[in-house]
Amino acid sequence: MLKIENLHAEVDGKKILNGLTLEVGAGEVHAIMGPNGAGKSTLAYTLGGRPGYEITEGSVTFDGEDLLDMEPHERAAAGLFLGFQYPVEIPGVSNVQFLREAANAQRKHRGEPELTGGEFLKLAKEKAALLRMDMDMLKRPVNVGFSGGEKKRNEMVQMGILDPKFAILDETDSGLDIDALRIVGDGINSIMRDAGKGVLLITHYQRLLDYVKPDKVHILAKGRIVKTGGPELALELEREGYEEVV
Amino acid sequence: MTDLATLPTTRDEDWRYADAAALEASDADTLTGWTEITVPAGESVAESRDVTGVERIRVRIGKGGRFELSAVNAAPGYARLECEVTLEDGAHFEFGGVTIGGGSETREFVTRCIHAEPNATSNQVVRAVHWGKAIGNFLGRIEVVRDAQKTDAGQNFRAILLEKGAAANTKPELEIFADDVKCAHGAAIGALDQMAGFYMAARGIPPEIARKLQVQAFIADAFENIEDEAVGERLLERALSVLEGAQL
Ligand SMILES: Nc1ncnc2c1ncn2[C@@H]1O[C@H](COP(=O)(O)OP(=O)(O)OP(=O)(O)O)[C@@H](O)[C@H]1O
Ligand SMILES: [Mg+2]
Repeated sequence: MLKIENLHAEVDGKKILNGLTLEVGAGEVHAIMGPNGAGKSTLAYTLGGRPGYEITEGSVTFDGEDLLDMEPHERAAAGLFLGFQYPVEIPGVSNVQFLREAANAQRKHRGEPELTGGEFLKLAKEKAALLRMDMDMLKRPVNVGFSGGEKKRNEMVQMGILDPKFAILDETDSGLDIDALRIVGDGINSIMRDAGKGVLLITHYQRLLDYVKPDKVHILAKGRIVKTGGPELALELEREGYEEVV
Repeated sequence: MTDLATLPTTRDEDWRYADAAALEASDADTLTGWTEITVPAGESVAESRDVTGVERIRVRIGKGGRFELSAVNAAPGYARLECEVTLEDGAHFEFGGVTIGGGSETREFVTRCIHAEPNATSNQVVRAVHWGKAIGNFLGRIEVVRDAQKTDAGQNFRAILLEKGAAANTKPELEIFADDVKCAHGAAIGALDQMAGFYMAARGIPPEIARKLQVQAFIADAFENIEDEAVGERLLERALSVLEGAQL
């Protein structure tokens, strides 16, 4: 479903991804773990098409299409969702307005009918309830004044509303309290566990993987995948640390 | 006396950022005439403008009165709205203005707010959004006379330049002769938040809609305190309509 081959990318002239190869099939969840500064967020941003992230070599196909050839908003419309490690605040734009624009822009791009105000609110209520988020928070400006955990939960409400085919979740578990972690884990399963969907979970901790069971675990270090294994690899890492395992 | 003798030039303080060529081409009556407005004590008057050309408004607000001016300056040529306000005891002046547009036009607001008696308050919020080689200006002078104690005067200007080549100028001038006075002014000039733009793109929002949402949120500040919401909304729509046609 998502096929990354020999990806090299740099930011501000600094080489960060160095020949990264990875394939996630439909119906699969893959976890990416790796030390701080390894390039995990850079991978997420590069796949999302963030300006300034320059690809110098390699290819990425998404459902057989050249992902790198698409504009960032076209990638989203094609079904790619990026959960941010640091969700961005947008003062003066409410979550509801933002998400309705987003959902309808995607639909328009795909040639589907747009949602009416009523349809959108019904969907938003349903997904907010799934993630146990208060509807009042959806009326507030995007992420402004949200706590770290609330921002992460908001990312998942957005994912629920936009219903992507493939999600790259960058440390969605960081900053969540114990109960929130379970709610978010259940949310990811209910939104993304489907034969036609895929997930790339970037995380530092085993705990999220207790809820969202990965099919494969990869270790990313120095800009490339240095080891791949099953769920047991995450447990091994938790016991022994990167220095021992890599 | 010839017209030339009375025409203001950019050497005049209040016209320092004006479009010199446009001034030369204008007639003196427009540039030096005033629209006079008197707000009776305790009453409230609101004016709203879609600025074209040059207009100068002179207002006297009676005791406890309120004058509210809201304006969008999105004119296709040099355009300036000037407002001179004299506040009596306990009066309030509220100004919300937006300059927006591209081309090579200069669009400006100039205010002179005279706190002539104690306890008067004023609040001015101006937002500028420009592209191309356009220029947006806000010159706001606040004068607080001796004995105008408990004056509370606020002024806030922020500009977003969507392209290199556009510019914004501001010059707050405070002349304060009383000691128990609150005068707050702030000014900032910047660009659109790129990370917010990417965040919106990552959710599927195309760049032109993302830009519109950001600009809308930015300029809405100017009309937040305008009492008639419908007026604020109309001005907001007018301002955004200019952005829609922009080649960026
Ligand atoms: N604009 C930039 N200019 C130079 N170096 C950068 C820039 N952005 C990121 N880097 C560097 O790239 C490397 C990878 O950063 P990245 O954020 O991808 O790491 P990460 O694996 O997500 O780490 P963490 O686990 O701490 O989130 C880091 O060394 C970082 O300092
Ligand atoms: Mg990171």
